[in-house]
Amino acid sequence: MTYITKPKLHHPSLVKNQVGYTRRDYEGAISTLCAGCGHDSITAAIVSACFELDIEPHKVAKLSGIGCSSKTPTYFLGNSHGFNTVHGRMPSVLTGANLANRELIYMGVSGDGDSASIGIGQFAHSMRRGVNMVYIVENNGVYGLTKGQFSATADKGSKSKRGAVNTDDCIDLVMMALQLGATFVARSFSGDKAQLVPIIKAAILHRGAAFLDVISPCVAFNNHEGSTKSYDFVRDHNDAVNRIDFIEPRAEITTDYAAGSLQEVRQHDGKVLRLRKLSEDYDPTDRIGAMNYLLQRQAAGEVVTGVLYLDQDSQDLHGSLNTVGKSFNRLTEAELIPGSAALEKINATLR
Amino acid sequence: MVKAITNTNDFVVKFANVNGSGSASANELFARAILRMGVPVSPRNIFPSNIQGLPTWYEVRVNEKGYLGRRGGVDLMVAMNPQTWAQDLRELEPGGYLFFDSSKPLPKSRFRDDVNVIGVPLTEICNSTYTDVRQRQLFKNIIYVGALAALLEMDIPEIEKLFGEQYKGKEKLLGANVKALKLGYDYAKEHLQCPLGIRVQRANNVRDKIFIEGNNAAALGCVYGGATVCAWYPITPSSSLAEAFIRHCQKLRVDPVSGKNRFGIIQAEDELASIGMVVGAGWNGARAFTATSGPGISLMTEFIGLAYFAEIPATIINVQRGGPATGMPTRTQQADITACAYAGHGDSKHVLLFPEDPKECFEMSAQSLDLADRLQTPVFVMTDLDIGMNQRLCDPLKWDDKYQMDRGKVMDYDALEGGKDFGRYLDADGDGIPFRTYPGTHPTKGAYFTRGTTKDRYARYSEEGPVYVDNMQRLLKKFETAKRLVPAAIGRPAKQPTKLGVLYFGSTAPAMNEALDAFDVQGINVDAMRVRGFPFGEEVIEFLEDHEQVFVVEQNRDGQLRSLIMNEAATDGSKLIPILHYDGTPITARFIIGEIAEKVAILKVTPIRKVAN
Ligand SMILES: Cc1ncc(C[n+]2csc(CCOP(=O)(O)OP(=O)(O)O)c2C)c(N)n1
Ligand code: SF4
Ligand SMILES: [Mg+2]
Repeated sequence: MTYITKPKLHHPSLVKNQVGYTRRDYEGAISTLCAGCGHDSITAAIVSACFELDIEPHKVAKLSGIGCSSKTPTYFLGNSHGFNTVHGRMPSVLTGANLANRELIYMGVSGDGDSASIGIGQFAHSMRRGVNMVYIVENNGVYGLTKGQFSATADKGSKSKRGAVNTDDCIDLVMMALQLGATFVARSFSGDKAQLVPIIKAAILHRGAAFLDVISPCVAFNNHEGSTKSYDFVRDHNDAVNRIDFIEPRAEITTDYAAGSLQEVRQHDGKVLRLRKLSEDYDPTDRIGAMNYLLQRQAAGEVVTGVLYLDQDSQDLHGSLNTVGKSFNRLTEAELIPGSAALEKINATLR
Repeated sequence: MVKAITNTNDFVVKFANVNGSGSASANELFARAILRMGVPVSPRNIFPSNIQGLPTWYEVRVNEKGYLGRRGGVDLMVAMNPQTWAQDLRELEPGGYLFFDSSKPLPKSRFRDDVNVIGVPLTEICNSTYTDVRQRQLFKNIIYVGALAALLEMDIPEIEKLFGEQYKGKEKLLGANVKALKLGYDYAKEHLQCPLGIRVQRANNVRDKIFIEGNNAAALGCVYGGATVCAWYPITPSSSLAEAFIRHCQKLRVDPVSGKNRFGIIQAEDELASIGMVVGAGWNGARAFTATSGPGISLMTEFIGLAYFAEIPATIINVQRGGPATGMPTRTQQADITACAYAGHGDSKHVLLFPEDPKECFEMSAQSLDLADRLQTPVFVMTDLDIGMNQRLCDPLKWDDKYQMDRGKVMDYDALEGGKDFGRYLDADGDGIPFRTYPGTHPTKGAYFTRGTTKDRYARYSEEGPVYVDNMQRLLKKFETAKRLVPAAIGRPAKQPTKLGVLYFGSTAPAMNEALDAFDVQGINVDAMRVRGFPFGEEVIEFLEDHEQVFVVEQNRDGQLRSLIMNEAATDGSKLIPILHYDGTPITARFIIGEIAEKVAILKVTPIRKVAN
């Protein structure tokens, strides 16, 4: 097998978005993952989000680690540069790429093995640095690509396909992201497109480290009875705290909402996120409150989803480093090299 | 009577201090004052892996001829650390001088019969002059510099001038330092026989040379070479390189209008992350580097392999030190040659540059950024602790204002729009180097998916054998191209034609230069060649072919450069004779001369005295 491309025969009736692209222009090569794999649904959600946000595909850089999840950047945005790096190290490569050119949108795709085990250090540090990116963990609780070993996000007591029980406590990347200072934290489910697509859109629009934990069942190794990352389990235990209805500048309210059920969150660029509350007293702008809520609900065996935390005045790494507006990769000799006269002066101080 | 070494402008002074006692700046003042008298010096820090309390040494070789290698042996010991007294005393040459704090009387048994003892009651002078504890400590150092100035006949006005430069605008400090200096000077003049048999005499051998640490120079090289991204993780002896880069950028790289930075420096969480960031920035078209040492290279190895296969520019400055863990690692070695040349998994090999001094650290760091872009591959600058963390006298740094960064083969919007065939891993020009595009260049053309090995010439996924082999062969061709681009080796022929040769590299150079001069005098004819880059150029191959026996001088146990030569230059190993120094101290001319002279004798090579014509 070599390379599979989709025939690029554009149907004339395919609608174009505001930047002149059809949905097909946001797709990539045909997926080689197992039929029914949650990761493919996330790929589709990314395609929809970018199409609907009118993003020019080549303005996105896709980076990933290693794993089935990390393969997916091949399957979306075929006209974007992509980089399949090494296992667990996507965050550092993305950080460097982001430093080099601040004008692109950075999409980092990882798996639970990639981010919660081998790459937990890089995950943590990219959060605390506030790298401007969308960091998606396609979380299936197993190592898909190496054939079904438990990952560090597998819940204690959950069963492997062969019946082994996981005795280790699980790492909750959402809690870690909250604790480490991520400025946008959400959890969703690959099987809930209506919730997932707007969350990805909001994450793209967010300035700073946006972390998405998307539960994404592995049909080959972790979709059985006794797994807490199966389609059935997540559907039965999904505690969605809110849904994003709109992300628009000065959006008009056209739907009727029950009093107190609506929360509008202004973003740094003036765009407004309108959240429909599903849980009465959940406030996604309260980091500590969010952590408390998560701990409580998770203790009760629920999977909390939605926009869990959002900092309206977020900063990013470029802000902390006080870098120039022009991307580093376009700076010229005149802007970078101090010249011989300056060097002479330095020489003079060294005698 | 005890014999006394007599020598003008040619001796070694060693300061034995307690770490954290503020001696470093006083010792540097001493070295600089001699430089200002036009006499070359080369100081070396010898420090243990700790911050405060443990011993540290500063060894200054004063040498009018300008030999900057470590000499070995000590003529004047400034023994300021009671802890290391016995060991320090032992190191003195017979007839040498022992300078010590005589405030407390010491029994005769603590001394040696064959050295000259110079006591100055430093603590007493301090205690009677200063009340503040910190002042007593700091000025004690300046007082001994004052006393040494008298003993060695150094120019007091030169030292005062140095104070003036250091404490410009801080008149109070200036006055206090001058006072302390005079205290020591006057005490020595009054109570001791000045000068000693060893002394400094004004000369004119420093001229416009500068005195700079290799790490500082390398950092400047990265500024001048256009690096915008630096990602690093602290490790001795490389940390001061990244720290110098920060300082230089803050002075030289801030946009004067907006006050914003034209650089991004990240202290990463570990070396895995620092190299990852460099690779990410390089992939995205910014010039990026990291500075590290051996253990860091080990951690970076997976990424270095990826960068080799994915063909991503990356500059890695390896300030080499001793082996794993802590302790020896704060000593110098050239022991990462193999680790760097072949870092990675799968078949990979890398470009290495070997600077001999700070000036070359500057030049090669800048050049490495060009080479990395041109060759789209990791490039190592292989410096070491000896060059990196010691101030070394060298020619002033020079810059050509006509310089333009060589960004290598980058296809831009116009080329793509014009329909130029873009294959990310396609050898378009026959030199093995493909074109690349930066992310975001063109809406529909030039995008590709970057991965390690599994791809064809157009970066399409492929697991087919012939496709893999095709790519690997092109990488070899690219490595051939690199041979013509790395800095060429520099030869120094012997006085007479000879079949004996010697190869050396990096920080061995000053000791080697001195040894070669000695060979000239002794009539031992050895052609020398200083290797400056890997892959080896034609000139190295020819040198190997032209000589029957070639000494390979290096500062490691296993003869790593020698192995590299055998591996990559197809040379019969039996003609390569290893000369190895690896105890953690910098190699000396004495060592090289001894080893080579002995081996020449064993080889029964009679130097050819007549020129065959
Ligand atoms: C350094 C290193 N160690 C081990 C591997 C083998 N490996 C490949 S993918 C993987 C786990 C992937 O799990 P996850 O990130 O959860 O992705 P999934 O396949 O489940 O989507 C492992 C251990 C590797 N590629 N590199
Ligand atoms: S093994 Fe699991 S994670 Fe991998 S493609 Fe198949 S279903 Fe998806
Ligand atoms: Mg997984």
